[in-house]
This record gives sequence, structure tokens and C-alpha cells, in this order.
Amino acid sequence: MLEIKNLHAELEDGSKQILNGVNLSVPAGQVHAIMGPNGSGKSTLSYVLSGRDGYEVTEGSAKLEGQDLLDMEPEERAAAGLFLAFQYPVEIPGVGNLTFLRTALNAQRKARGEDELSSGEFLKIVREKAKTLNIDSDMLKRSVSVGFSGGEKKRNEILQMAMLEPRMCILDETDSGLDVDAMRLVAQGVNALRSPDRSFLVITHYQRLLDHIKPDVVHIMANGQIIKTGGPELALEVENSGYGDLLSEVG
Amino acid sequence: MADLATDAIEVREGVDRETVETVQNMGSYKYGWDTEIEMEYAPKGINEDIVRLISEKNEEPEWMLEWRLAAFRRWQTMTEPRWALLTYPEIDYQDQYYYARPKSMEVKPKSLDEVDPKLLATYEKLGIPLKEQMILAGVERGEDAGEERRVAVDAVFDSVSVGTTFKDELAKAGVIFCSISEAIREHPELVRKYLGSVVPQSDNFFATLNSAVFSDGSFVYVPPGVKCPMELSTYFRINAENTGQFERTLIICDKGAYVSYLEGCTAPKRDIAQLHAAVVEIVILEDAEVKYSTVQNWFPGDEEGKGGIYNFVTKRADCREARAKVMWTQVETGSAITWKYPSCILRGDDLSGEFYSIAIANNMQQADTGTKMIHLGKNSRSRIVSKGISAGKAQNTYRGLVTMHPRATNSRNYTQCDSLLIGDQCGAHTVPYIEVKNNSSRVEHEATTSKVDDDQLFYCRARGVGEEEAVALVVNGFCRDVLQALPMEFAMEAQSLVAISLEGSVG
Repeated sequence: MLEIKNLHAELEDGSKQILNGVNLSVPAGQVHAIMGPNGSGKSTLSYVLSGRDGYEVTEGSAKLEGQDLLDMEPEERAAAGLFLAFQYPVEIPGVGNLTFLRTALNAQRKARGEDELSSGEFLKIVREKAKTLNIDSDMLKRSVSVGFSGGEKKRNEILQMAMLEPRMCILDETDSGLDVDAMRLVAQGVNALRSPDRSFLVITHYQRLLDHIKPDVVHIMANGQIIKTGGPELALEVENSGYGDLLSEVG
Repeated sequence: MADLATDAIEVREGVDRETVETVQNMGSYKYGWDTEIEMEYAPKGINEDIVRLISEKNEEPEWMLEWRLAAFRRWQTMTEPRWALLTYPEIDYQDQYYYARPKSMEVKPKSLDEVDPKLLATYEKLGIPLKEQMILAGVERGEDAGEERRVAVDAVFDSVSVGTTFKDELAKAGVIFCSISEAIREHPELVRKYLGSVVPQSDNFFATLNSAVFSDGSFVYVPPGVKCPMELSTYFRINAENTGQFERTLIICDKGAYVSYLEGCTAPKRDIAQLHAAVVEIVILEDAEVKYSTVQNWFPGDEEGKGGIYNFVTKRADCREARAKVMWTQVETGSAITWKYPSCILRGDDLSGEFYSIAIANNMQQADTGTKMIHLGKNSRSRIVSKGISAGKAQNTYRGLVTMHPRATNSRNYTQCDSLLIGDQCGAHTVPYIEVKNNSSRVEHEATTSKVDDDQLFYCRARGVGEEEAVALVVNGFCRDVLQALPMEFAMEAQSLVAISLEGSVG
């Protein structure tokens, strides 16, 4: 599904190299977790993959189902099936949550040459999916993320993911700022979307999210590289003894 | 030569290459084509003879001519105001035409069936229905909306009104809706009583000029207790080159009556700026209510600031008696220069005045616009919501006056003024004037300035929304309070206009 080879990236102004040769392969249907200390380049990896301005890829490649992601505009990557659940979802005052969802969904469908959904069809689907995420109709009407609590913002990201039905989902510290109940809801939402033709890349600091979303593979990232890859037990190891040992191992 | 921008270019005699290229470069303005039609012009320039000629063309009574001449004499003693935050070359008032009418309008058509097909085709292309069975372009019938929404239209082409729809049906309700030139002939008692009673002849340089040379416009009278059975609208089209449009609109809403009025404007792409100086007067009596909505989309000039309409407009509503209500809503996306302050005189007691505005300035456009809320009577409420959007190298100024006179006790005003900047070469300015002369009134003013945020755009794009659509989405969100105040007929048009006006403003 996602193939990242020797990816190097720096800040656009050239002041800092952040990714130093990331190699990562996520097969279809799998959930991979990336853990790592602050500043290891986890969030940058998600931004570079989704096409945010401000970074310059200097070497390497990233392919989604064989398509070169790095050549595409952010909206083209989205239409190709990439989804980034933001660590800090952005507020868009005055734009209703439903309007936003419908605009996004129809933009993607149009880009793929599919028909736009009628408002009736759209409403039916969105209400169904919102219900399972405990999102009420009031939240659907409010402006995108404006006045949402931390938990509401993250649930809303998952709702967008459920509506857009991406092939490759990146969750950037989706657990940050969530209490236990909210985390469980979010995890349930993600688990409901797991399928053989959809993959996940879960970026997190903590093991606790991985108790709810069980990864197939865990990667440890440091200094802009994947320094170790293993099974779910690797996350537990980090939880128990921190990153110190792992870092000195590769040191 | 229907559409210069898209068709193969065939250079006409007298049109230089540069002009053609300029026009070609004017990408996104979709009303920029012109109608090739035989026109009749008054001689260039302005003098008493021209004023007499316009009066004569309109077959006006003597009193009207005297009124015009008085205005013209006054105007000659006045100087153009320069206090607005606008920079433009000096206007040569002798170097333009003050009257232009299609030859085919020489004999006034008795009905729309007799109107020159070329004119009808022009409005059809603009999406303006001049046949009563048509509805406004862009208006979808709601899935379960029982009644079709109908809009009566007065179509003004350069200096003359081409025709007015639904006149008979409106007349059954007692509503008079016709061109002002017809009203001067057919309803002189109403026109004499109210013309110039809200915007006096001497009001300001541009209003005085208009008083002397206005050629057409719309007239509305809604009798006591009548709720006008449909929306009324006037569609202004400037077509002729080098010609100013000076229209005059007079709306009288009698006791307990109600009317909603829409105004739209477009003009072809020309590389020489054109003058538009209009006056709108609204008289609102006891318990009556008027909603006046404008979508102004005059040609804004090209990216370098060449051409475009200079729009100097005086609009004022006079709430003369108790419990009268007025609501101005404007979406200003066009014009190279906008100088416009739709105002409310709140003369009676317990009145309500509202002003909602979206002003978009892109490329080299300059807008200096706002309102005046003049509280004279007791217990009145006024509300101002202004959304200014600047992009490219544009300058956008909100200028507003709120005044509470000594007698205007227990009155309130709330003003909210938000500016949005796109890019780093444009400017937003807010110039509020507030005068409170009694102790019991309250005035609130809130102002914000923000930029279209890269994070917002990236968020939209990461969800699959293209960059320009993302800007439109964010800007429409910013304008939502005002868009919601628009009648349905205009809200959708306005939304897409917001998107079109900002094309090319990012990236």
C-alpha cells in the first residue's frame, strides 16, 4: 500500500534536515505504529506524505499503491486515498461541519471521475456514521472544529475518515489531549474501519492507544530514521524503559 | 464578437493589439462580453444643453427639467470629494457620454414582445429572466418548495429601461413598479413629493451630478398595508463605451407595507475606466419594512488596474415614521473604485436599521465603503456587520458613521467589522466615526483583522478540496453572517461570485 524509500526532507529554508532516510513499507490491511521521542520527525513524516508546504524533499520516494505521492498536490493525494488525521484539527469559522464534509467528499469523487452525492444520500450516510462516533446533529451543524472540545475534534477527524473512505490513513498523535473514554470512542471508530484493503499508520507517543488499536508492526523513529522495527511487544518495551536504551543500542 | 476572452480574436479596425491582449488577460470576469447594437448617443460632455436633451428624450414635464437644471448649476460650483482612501486619475467629465440608448428603443416598446431581440438576448445571456415564466438563473427549486419564487425585473441598458416584468400582476396588488422615466410621466405627484427628499440635490458632488443627468432607473411604490407579492429587482447593464451610467432609483414603502428589492450590475471589459454615479432613495413610513440587496459586479479592471468601473454611489433610506424597518445588504465584488455608503436615517421612534456588507477587492481594486446610521428618534436599533476581503494589491476600507442625536434616547448600535487579508500586498482599513450626544444610548464597535491561514488551506486540501475552492470555502465562511441576510435568489449567486472574484488570489 505505502512504500517509503530512503526519504530525506528538510525545512524549505534549508535550515534543518528532519528526515534522514526513512524506509517504511505498510502492506494493505495492516496497522503500523510509529513511536519515537519528541523531535524525532514523526509529525514531519506525516506532513511530507500529505504534502504540506514548508518542507523540501531532497532524496527518496514515497508511493501509494504505486503512485508517486511526492509529485502530487495535497488534494490529489487525498483523492488518491491518503488521509491524515491531524494532531491539531484546524478551525474554519462560518463553514458548517456538514458543508465541509460534503465539499470534501464531492471534490474527491469529482477528482476520481465519480458522480457527486445528492444531499439526501449524503445526509443519510453521514448521520449513520456520526451516530456510531457519538456525534450529535448539533455538532454536525456547528462550524468546523470551532468551539469543539479536544475529544470532539478528534472524533470529528474520525468521522471525516469514515466518510472519505481512504485507502491509507495516517493518525498523527490522535490520542493527544484525549481522556480514556474519548480515546476508546476514537479507537472504536478506527477499528470499525479496519479492512483488508485499508492500511493505517498510527503515530503516537504512548502505548495506551495501541491497547485499543492493535498494531501489526511497531516502528521506532529517532533522528529522522526508523531505527527499529518489531511486533506489538516493542511498544511495551518503550513504555517500560523509555527510548534511552533503544537509542544507545543504535547509537 | 461575442466573447473576446474565449473566442478566436479578430482584430477590428481601430483596436490596437495591446487592447486585445489586455482584454484577453482579463481571465475570470464572466460578464465581460459586449452586445453589438446600434446606439444613439448624446454629444460628448456635459452642459445645460445635454441636461435639456436628456429631459427631452425622456419626455419629461417642465418641473423635472427645472429640477435637473438647478442641480446642474449647483454641481458646477462643487468639487469632487477626495477624502476617501482611493487613488485614481482625475476624471474628465467632458470626455464622456451622458446618454446612450439603443436605436431600437427610440420608439418605446409597448411590451416586452416588442423589445429588440438583441437586447433580450443580452439579458438572457446574463441569466436575467425577462419572460415571466422564467425564474432567475441559479435559483434551484427546493425539493419540497411548493411555490415557485418569482422575481419581477426592471432591466436597464446603458441610459434606458428596456422593460419591466410582472407589471400587471403587481398593479393588481396596487404596487407600482416601473422605470423612473415612466414614473415621472405617469405618477408625477408621487415623484414630485419624494424625489430628492432623502438625497437632496445638493447632497454631494456625485449625487448632484446624478440629479442633473440621471437617465433612468427604477421606481417602486407599495401602498399602505400591502406586502409586495414578489421580489422586485433591477438589473443594470453598462454596454456602451466611454459612457457613464447615472441611474436613479426611488422606492416608497407606505404605512405597514413591505417590499424586498434586489439590484444587480455588470459591464463589459473595457480598458478605459467608466463612470457610474447612481442615487437610490428609499422612503419608509410607519410600520413599513424594506429590504434592499445589491450584488454589485461591475467590471473590476484587469490585473494591472486598467479599465473598470468607477462606482460612486449614494444610497440612503429614510425611516420617517414609527416602527419602520430597513435592511441593506450588499455584496460588492466588482468595480475598480467603489465609493458607497448605504445609509439609514432613523427619524421616527422605535425603528430598526441594518447594514450587512461583503466587500471584496482583488488585484488593483479599491473599495471605500460602509454605512451611516443616523439616530434621530427614540428607542431605535441599528446593526452593522461588515466583512471586507482584500487580495492581490487591493485596498479595502470600511468607513462608517454612527451618530446618536440628543433626542435619540435609549437607542443602540452594534457594529462588527471584520477584515480578511489574502496575501501580503493588500491592505484593510477601518475608519469608524462615532458620535453619541445623549446618556442613555449604547454604541458597540468590534473590529478584527485576520489572514487566510495557511493551516486552514492545507487542512481543506488534505481533505481533497482544491486550493481555489478552499479559499472560497474559507472566505464564504468568513462572510456567512452576511450571506445569510441575503434573499435566497441572491445568496447562491453571491457565494459563487465570492469564489470567482478571488480566482488567482493564491498560489
